[in-house]
Amino acid sequence: MKYLCLVYMEEKHLHAMPQAERVALSDESMAYCEALTKQGELLSASPLHPVDTATTVRVRNGKVAATDGPFAETKEQLAGYLLIHVRDLNDALRVAAKFPGARYGSIEVRPIKEGGCA
Amino acid sequence: MSEESSTSLRAVVEELYRTQSRQVLATLIRLLGDFDAAEEALHEAFTVAVEQWEREGIPANPRAWLVSTGRFKAIDGMRHRARFDASLEELARQLETASVSLDAESFDGPSVEDDRLRLIFTCCHPALTPEAQIAMTMREVCGLTTEEIARAFLTKPATIAQRIVRAKSKIRDARIPYEVPPQSELPARLDAVLRVVYLVFNEGYSASSGNAVTRQDLSGEAIRLARVLVQLLPDPETIGLLALLLLQDSRRDARVSESGDVILLEDQDRTRWNREFVAEGAALVQQAFSMGEVGPYAIQSAIASIHAQAADAAATDWRRIVELYDLLLQAESSPVVELNRAVAVAMLDGPAAGLTLIDGLLARGELKTYHLVHAARADLCRRLGQTEEARRAYEQALSLTRQGPERRFLERRLLGLTGQGS
Repeated sequence: MKYLCLVYMEEKHLHAMPQAERVALSDESMAYCEALTKQGELLSASPLHPVDTATTVRVRNGKVAATDGPFAETKEQLAGYLLIHVRDLNDALRVAAKFPGARYGSIEVRPIKEGGCA
Repeated sequence: MSEESSTSLRAVVEELYRTQSRQVLATLIRLLGDFDAAEEALHEAFTVAVEQWEREGIPANPRAWLVSTGRFKAIDGMRHRARFDASLEELARQLETASVSLDAESFDGPSVEDDRLRLIFTCCHPALTPEAQIAMTMREVCGLTTEEIARAFLTKPATIAQRIVRAKSKIRDARIPYEVPPQSELPARLDAVLRVVYLVFNEGYSASSGNAVTRQDLSGEAIRLARVLVQLLPDPETIGLLALLLLQDSRRDARVSESGDVILLEDQDRTRWNREFVAEGAALVQQAFSMGEVGPYAIQSAIASIHAQAADAAATDWRRIVELYDLLLQAESSPVVELNRAVAVAMLDGPAAGLTLIDGLLARGELKTYHLVHAARADLCRRLGQTEEARRAYEQALSLTRQGPERRFLERRLLGLTGQGS
């Protein structure tokens, strides 16, 4: 089963972080992703540009409406993702919980619907 | 078969359904990997049992027979539907080959007990909302109907049905596994299970609104569920929870007057407490504490046990109760526990000491809208002769509760103040 783990964080916390801490967090995240790749569980992972670059697209009554910003207004913004391939939700939750970002923000774990397109 | 034996067969099947259907269901969910398919298979198996056992007699191991018949019927049904949906043929073949190694042992060995635990842990999975966990547990583990659950929780059957449908889709689509969590995750996951059992009990013990203070059926279900858990996972917290439920339930008849009014612990007729439950609860408390480190449920059960064994409020070992509240605060700090501790301190060191603690809680902004804080405060003020302050606190408490019997109790206390004069 494939799961998309969406990493939510408060960007201002990240920006306010001392340089050394930010580098350490980034190194730790990359090391974790490397380990997951070796285990064959990580398909793809990437940090995202800050939320100011997000656009949400909706189509209503045949009209396309693109709005600035993420899909929901919360304190935390979508900061990155991991696309993983594991046995079941419990394993997915275990993988997500060990990602360093889980300590700073939230990770939304979404099962991937097979055989669809986005 | 004679009419008489046919009646007795029906009684046997009904008894089997009552005592075994949840275990059969739990195993069928494992074998079929799907809640709805398993439920359908369960009912088919019992239907076939009534017909076939009349001709051929009751099998030596009825539970194994029911599981194997249910599984066969489910695979057969899938084959039948495969004529319209080819993917089902593949699924049917998978199910059949996956289970070829199954013998009577798999239908009736220790793994069957594991199936009940798997079912409980799946229904109480943290990926489901708390409401869904409760509905799923009542429906799948306890076997209550949607209507019964709705009545118990004072809601519409459609609401409960929708919660169950959503939970089942989430279990299927997000692939929540049908498993007992590994040892490393067991404490946290067991907490969730115990919380569901405790919530069900409380829902039955004190309805959050309406006139019935007790809804015995739900509390009875919770106690039954706790017994199953103790049997399957004899952990100090599981034992502590069962003890707590029994000890609280032992006061059921004494805590409400004939007119449905609340009677406080100190004013209860202790001869009306259920002595059997008190004795069983006290023994379980001992057992939990003898096992080493205790958690919140075991500590709460120890407090309940001290109350249950005291001849009256004055003879209660308040010093030990305050100690246990200290222990409880270490295990699980919460303002409600602090409130209870303050009331115990008032019994040990006098109302002024308790009042200081409660005022401290309120000053921190905690529990401001919790009616029991104001009721407890009012009671301590009353004991200290601060009638005006007591009146204000009772009125505050009244403005915060909707429950009929609680309101009548507070109104009586207010009236009592007027009698005292100010």
